[in-house]
Amino acid sequence: MKLTLKVWRQKNNREKGSFVSYAMDDVDPEMSMLECLDVLNETLILRGEIPVAFEHDCREGICGSCGFVINGVAHGPERATTVCQLTMRHFKDGAELTLEPWRAKAFPLIKDLTVDRRALDHIIEAGGYISVSTGQAPDGNAILVGKEIADQSMDAAACIGCGACVAACPNASAALFTGAKITHLGILPQGEPERKRRALSMVAQMNAEVFGNCTSIGECTGVCPKEIPLEVIATMNRDYLCASFERRDELPTPVSPVVQRA
Amino acid sequence: MKLDARIPSGPIEEAWVKACFDMKLVNPANKRKHSIIVVGSGLAGAAASASLGELGYNVKCFCFQDSPRRAHSIAAQGGINAAKNYPNDGESVFRLFYDTVKGGDFRAREANVYRLAQISGKIIDQCVAQGVPFAREYGGALTNRSFGGAQVSRTFYARGQTGQQLLLGAYQALERQIHAGSVTMIPRTEMLDLIVVDGRARGIVTRSLITGEFNVHIADAVILASGGYSNVYYLSTNAKGSNVTASWRAYKRGALFANPCFTQIHPTCIPVSGDYQSKLTLMSESLRNDGRIWVPKKKGDPRPPNEIPQDERDYYLERRYPSFGNLVPRDVASRNAKAMCDEGYGVGKSGLGVYLDFSDAIARLGEKTIRERYGNLLDMYQRITDEDPYKIPMRIYPAIHYTMGGLWVDYQLQSTIPGLFVLGEANFSDHGANRLGASALMQGLSDGYFIIPYTVGNYLASNKFPKVDESNPAVQEAFTSVKTKIDKLLSIKGHRTVDSFHRELGKITWDYCGMARTAEGLELAIGKIRALREEYWQNVNVPGSGDDLNASLEKAGRVADFFELAELMCIDALNRNESCGGHFREEYQTPDGEAQRDDEHYSYVAAWEYAGPNAAPELTKEPLEFHYVHPSQRSYK
Repeated sequence: MKLTLKVWRQKNNREKGSFVSYAMDDVDPEMSMLECLDVLNETLILRGEIPVAFEHDCREGICGSCGFVINGVAHGPERATTVCQLTMRHFKDGAELTLEPWRAKAFPLIKDLTVDRRALDHIIEAGGYISVSTGQAPDGNAILVGKEIADQSMDAAACIGCGACVAACPNASAALFTGAKITHLGILPQGEPERKRRALSMVAQMNAEVFGNCTSIGECTGVCPKEIPLEVIATMNRDYLCASFERRDELPTPVSPVVQRA
Repeated sequence: MKLDARIPSGPIEEAWVKACFDMKLVNPANKRKHSIIVVGSGLAGAAASASLGELGYNVKCFCFQDSPRRAHSIAAQGGINAAKNYPNDGESVFRLFYDTVKGGDFRAREANVYRLAQISGKIIDQCVAQGVPFAREYGGALTNRSFGGAQVSRTFYARGQTGQQLLLGAYQALERQIHAGSVTMIPRTEMLDLIVVDGRARGIVTRSLITGEFNVHIADAVILASGGYSNVYYLSTNAKGSNVTASWRAYKRGALFANPCFTQIHPTCIPVSGDYQSKLTLMSESLRNDGRIWVPKKKGDPRPPNEIPQDERDYYLERRYPSFGNLVPRDVASRNAKAMCDEGYGVGKSGLGVYLDFSDAIARLGEKTIRERYGNLLDMYQRITDEDPYKIPMRIYPAIHYTMGGLWVDYQLQSTIPGLFVLGEANFSDHGANRLGASALMQGLSDGYFIIPYTVGNYLASNKFPKVDESNPAVQEAFTSVKTKIDKLLSIKGHRTVDSFHRELGKITWDYCGMARTAEGLELAIGKIRALREEYWQNVNVPGSGDDLNASLEKAGRVADFFELAELMCIDALNRNESCGGHFREEYQTPDGEAQRDDEHYSYVAAWEYAGPNAAPELTKEPLEFHYVHPSQRSYK
């Protein structure tokens, strides 16, 4: 099949970017979107041009490295699918695909389709863990976790940290990402002791990183390759609210954010 | 070189306890004065960084990805083994040890494997405490499944995403230490050389993948947890970025590389669909618990699978191995699939595939149960192939998946360079010639959480560390050689892309040093690899410059190392005149086509020493002794 790829090209954060169109004459419908970019890059190199920079690693939808916006939709048109597993058969012969990087203030652009997502690591660093050091654990079965809770926790824990939720949100909010971790850990008995402190710290960091606020639009869960449910945001809000009442005096100090507020 | 594995004397059950007691300790107040470099942030690297940070050491952790959470441990699907015996089905530390030594076809070190089995239970405890959402029974207890050729249910899992959940547990522990200030995380940075001062590993030279800047990092000890080298084959189930560079540069600085030809082929991957294919996708072998593997009895049968009646199907694993059936170990399952396809029974467009069929399991257990057990895997299959595995049998074919070989380490996980420790898949130590399913996660975490915190402490407490600064000639030499190599790659500006060379190298390695090997083929391959490597250094085209994000340049350096590794793999495979585990030499097989070991001549670890750019590497043998599990011909009949 034939396709036109209209790709955002930008050398770095200091220079201006623009779209450049590339005609692809021989696209196999079985190829993944990233393999299609591989083929494009091979031709660009042989033509003496600079290949398109895009992030990728495992190419099986689990590492969370890849992701860009295709025709306005983060990770493209297929439900619950990252771009590395999106096969070209989902597009019509002759179609034009517009590829753009995640656009969010908290994700500074590095090059072409690659952005800096360290802000997400900062949110985890602020409290997205259970404070247990190696060696302190009791026997695995000493902590019983009902199947329903374990399943719900796993649903939230499936987040791959790709950042599609932020890219899809009109406010560029990281509420789905943050809520997923707060839910994964908070509803487990192991995570209960730090539940409030965790919610406070992580939300404070999320705000410091210049992510926008959640206004319950739901685009995030719509594009999420792991279909993280919107309820995790409700859980986050509830934990944050309860914690704010109880721990008003000990609000956490966030670590230095990736992008400083102007 | 004389190899001392430093295995404690006395009964194997007490070896680790004894070793721990004999190790020197670092005074708690002095720990923060010691700096440790960890390269890699997968299960082993993240677990080690977090645990050492908790102890109070000053840790720097490096990864090439944008975040430590992306390391390829994340893609492990099936589960993690542990000798907990929660199901009350006859599991024990000794049985896990026994199965692992036997599964590795008697080419692993007994003491290491025993320690791994002993520690396995603590790993589960630690992960549960971290909040890893393992699968549970309704009553709240942890649940287990049987996996990859084991006759007991010792595998713990979190849906089909066990690696992800364990890695996130280790990553979160790591982030906690980053927050505490004990670990400095340096992502998007690649280690390009090891700094050896006065015979000890004292640091690394790195390149930032964003700015291209070269940096020197000095420390008292260096830990490599940089994973395996399956990507030497180009097509593998590894992440695209997985590479051998860190290990290889250490090899060239004097660390011995052990058993490079021990590579594992995973039996259940999605078959290749075209020339553009960039990687292979694994389907967890847990699928073999309920799926039945078959091919049509008639060669080249054109009928769709559902139209082939039962009596015209050959369930070849069940036929040949009645007691293990579809659950035979990976090497056996892979080799049989290849044999079926080679004989012309393969299915799919390319003829390189066999069926994995869930229809019986669905009839017996219902679609709901199957969906609950394997839903995400079957969905992934459907996404990639556009076929519904609940209705049409899946097509699978073996693919390279894991490398048992790696840098040689002693019982304390130290390489032949003092102060250089190697963990996880990057070392050679625990899986022998074939790794059992759900054992990689166990080993990575065992090394990272529970072994290295003791052994690196012993090293630090036993030695003095004079200050090394950047003007040291050894530092300067490493720094300059790294820069020169990058400049050279950028300056060739030839006519072929890095990927085109990598594909060709991968094809040679797969054809001659893959699932089946012969002396003749290996010799041929060595010649081809050398010729291609020569062309590479004349004709590769690396576009762009070295001062910004340049994926082609990253790949170019890695492929240059893969060329050298591929040659060593062939040399090792040629040296080992026997078949064992994943290393199958066609000349050495039993009358019914199974691997034929030669314990009299090859019961050793082959450790190779770098001897210079154009010299043959030198072989040192570490003899293997078996006092607890007596070597026997593996039989899964």
